[in-house]
Amino acid sequence: MAEAKRRLARDPLGLRRAMADRLLIGLVAAMALLAALALAGRSGADRLAERWRAGAQAAVTVQVPQPTPDRMTRAIAALRALPEVADAEPVDPARMAELLRPWLGGAEGLPLPGVIELRLADLTADTALIGDRVAAEVPGAVTEAHGVWVAHLSALSRAVQGLALAVLGLVAAVAAAVVGVAVRAGLSARRDAVLVLHGLGATDADVAARFARRAAWLAGAGAMGGTALALPALAGLVALAGPLAGEAASWQGLPWLDLALLPVMAAAVAWVSTQATVRRWLRRLP
Amino acid sequence: MVRFSRVALAYPDQRGRPGPDVLRDLSFTLGEGSFTWILGPSGAGKTSVLRLMQAALRPSQGEVELLGIPLSRARRRDLPPLRRRIGTVHQEFRLLSHLSAWDNVALPLRLAAIAESTIRADVADLLDWIGLTGKEERRPEELSGGEQQRLVIARAVVTRPALLVADEPTSELDARQARRTLALLSEMNRQGTTVVVATHSDDLPGRHPARMLTLEGGRLVADG
Repeated sequence: MAEAKRRLARDPLGLRRAMADRLLIGLVAAMALLAALALAGRSGADRLAERWRAGAQAAVTVQVPQPTPDRMTRAIAALRALPEVADAEPVDPARMAELLRPWLGGAEGLPLPGVIELRLADLTADTALIGDRVAAEVPGAVTEAHGVWVAHLSALSRAVQGLALAVLGLVAAVAAAVVGVAVRAGLSARRDAVLVLHGLGATDADVAARFARRAAWLAGAGAMGGTALALPALAGLVALAGPLAGEAASWQGLPWLDLALLPVMAAAVAWVSTQATVRRWLRRLP
Repeated sequence: MVRFSRVALAYPDQRGRPGPDVLRDLSFTLGEGSFTWILGPSGAGKTSVLRLMQAALRPSQGEVELLGIPLSRARRRDLPPLRRRIGTVHQEFRLLSHLSAWDNVALPLRLAAIAESTIRADVADLLDWIGLTGKEERRPEELSGGEQQRLVIARAVVTRPALLVADEPTSELDARQARRTLALLSEMNRQGTTVVVATHSDDLPGRHPARMLTLEGGRLVADG
């Protein structure tokens, strides 16, 4: 009995019954599900962008016909002198032969060009200019840039990340609005009790904190449920996206820290929204 | 203790503009430890005077000074501590229906962050004083009108307020319960609390002779 009394003492406004808990939990859960998908999308796009960026940096090659040591040395020196080039490394002829074996078979006597792989310091660098300079130094050298489409994909992934952040912001704003509506309903339902507490000397901070604790708890619980519901869908997306990112499908691919922070963030948004709503309402009183 | 200086009060209309004055040019002073009746017919302005004394309103003109704090100049954050020093008994009780009798009485102490062990002793003493021992766990609607009124008084005095303000505290009670309520208010006054009681009853002041302020149309028409 004493414990029941203490519980009631912590809820003198009767908010456990006044604030529509199922509706609020359900709405926050739905928004947390969307937020979890957006977070996972942002994380996945981030990893793909990273991988594609690395790919783009290695996607410029220079072919040097008649790859004598002198021509190869001059070509590499010319490339390394360019500020747009972070590194220029010759591809080992044995590795080249191995790469071409499926198409050319064991044609040992076939003349192959020397190949130099470039890592660009600046992905926006004009590869045509690089090609002109190395061709001027080593006649016949040909530059092939495969990085343009990769750079476009990289830009696309950045756009996806931005979109995911915008979705997260929108979800947070809608969650704050939903909590605000629920709190206003709670204030209407408990208007008399709030006025009694106000008359007994409760401060605005005290009344607002009681509503905010309740709203934060409900939002946190809802977000936890929504995040849990999102996990199967996220696992499916990881399985689909894993090969694109060059990874095996795994639960480890999920942004666990971000997902774990979702209920905390939902509770924080609810707390702030409730504090603002209740304090604004109380300001009408003397 | 309580000082009204040329006080006028107007409630705002629906558009937020000041309506007609319900109190006009009201001036009086109530000393510490005094007992005062506020008399007058319905609509005379008794409840408005009491609401000013509860720091539930600020005067439109003039000044109301409560326990040394001028209401018109007080900052918003100064009012809650002031209200905690004023006990209020409402005509319509205003008990919290979802709390037990015990928790209703304990509420002001919990708002003041008093230790639970102190609350236990104080509330038990008060419930015994008002004759509600054994009914601690009952909800207000499970108590009679007289018991609810005594519960309201217990809630109003549990913090040992310097000022106790009661608005028609006996209007809903039978004669026996009314006498008992008046006895409780008198006892609080005997212990040093300044008590102000508004009533439209002519009988009640006769049972406890004290200063009487009579209002009519928002003006003070008699003081004696």
